[in-house]
Amino acid sequence: MAKQHVSFNLNGKHVDALVEPRELLVHTIRETLSLTGTHIGCESSHCGACTVDLDGKSVKSCTVLAVQADGAELKTVEGLADADGLHAVQQAFIEEHGLQCGFCTPGMLIRAYRFLQENPNPTEEEIRWGMSGNLCRCTGYQNIVKAVQTAAQTLQQA
Amino acid sequence: MIPAEFEYHKATSIQDAINQLGAHEDSKLLAGGHSLLPMMKLRFAEPPTLIDINGIEELRGIRLEGDTICIGAMTTENELIESEILQQHCPLLVEAARLVADPQVRNRGTIGGDVVHGDPGNDHPAVMLALDATLVLQGPGGERQQPANGFFLGTYWNDLQEHEILVELRVPVIRQGVGHGYSKLKRKTGDYAVAGSPVVVELDGDVCRDIRIALTNVAPMAIRAEAAENVLRGKVIDDALIEQAAAEVIAACDPAEDLRGDIQYKSHMAAEMARRSIRAALQQARG
Repeated sequence: MAKQHVSFNLNGKHVDALVEPRELLVHTIRETLSLTGTHIGCESSHCGACTVDLDGKSVKSCTVLAVQADGAELKTVEGLADADGLHAVQQAFIEEHGLQCGFCTPGMLIRAYRFLQENPNPTEEEIRWGMSGNLCRCTGYQNIVKAVQTAAQTLQQA
Repeated sequence: MIPAEFEYHKATSIQDAINQLGAHEDSKLLAGGHSLLPMMKLRFAEPPTLIDINGIEELRGIRLEGDTICIGAMTTENELIESEILQQHCPLLVEAARLVADPQVRNRGTIGGDVVHGDPGNDHPAVMLALDATLVLQGPGGERQQPANGFFLGTYWNDLQEHEILVELRVPVIRQGVGHGYSKLKRKTGDYAVAGSPVVVELDGDVCRDIRIALTNVAPMAIRAEAAENVLRGKVIDDALIEQAAAEVIAACDPAEDLRGDIQYKSHMAAEMARRSIRAALQQARG
């Protein structure tokens, strides 16, 4: 099948790629563009490890075709930190020990980044609801929720 | 898991999508993709051509026209939840959308895709039955309107005609004396329902003038529990009548046995979801 040309903005940089129609966005990000922070977990849109930010919305990149991202603004976990250091969400996951094995962490971080823009001052219940598309098989949810709470406070003070 | 090879086309308008469906044999429309792409990864579906309708603006959005709410077929679940029109005028749809999948999936998944996909676990078909919605369908021969009641014919089987597209869903605004109830049992976030039941009741004083009890995932397709409705219609609904109706709900169920439960368990859970929804709807209708 002939490849198609797509271009999008990824973490602030213009990117061009040639993709087959059947290529999933997560594969383009990891294999063609070599950004392996975005993880492949269940491959069936359940676990959220492949979550990325697409045009200001969290999506599971294992269930979006790369051709559908043509012209989009994309952000992955690699785009969170800037010249000043880690993003408040990343810092909070360190402080609250919001990870155990770390496999789900990139998805958790990029989802928490977007969730705290949708709801800057969430209750604990709202955090659990907003993060419910991301699974942690270590079951370390308690500290993940705490990390999102801490990040919310940091971002509110900033 | 990567789907089999296919051609990809992006439709620019409803008419373009209809033309492309006609031009490419066995092609499928790509809406939110959160049912179709997983099926394609598992090779349960291998359409030779996908026609992406995500770029068609005229298929999106929610507007109020008199006593009718018109919902574009490509409106996402999260857009349903955030809609002030629906929050105010059709709380059932907001409640149902909140219990579909998870936040990321709700950013992609659309009401129209959910209605026409045909999996008995999809939530909106039963909601459309309970609301007595009208489906607006457009095909090569023009536009037609079809009541939701009668549209769902079986698993992956509905009244959508060849090269036809669902463009809009029309539901009535909730009025004084009308109540909505929604209950869905699921094992975990993101799972399909073990059983679900949207209910709409219309009261005339204390008397039930009309009631629609719909069921999700306990039959080959979304169904109305009409015998249960008949128990309650025209009566002052009390606990004894709700129990009689619940028995009729159990009799109406024809679920597939799977990891979510056996036939008896699912049927009884459907009855319990219906009981809860009837009570919630009555409470709302009484104001």
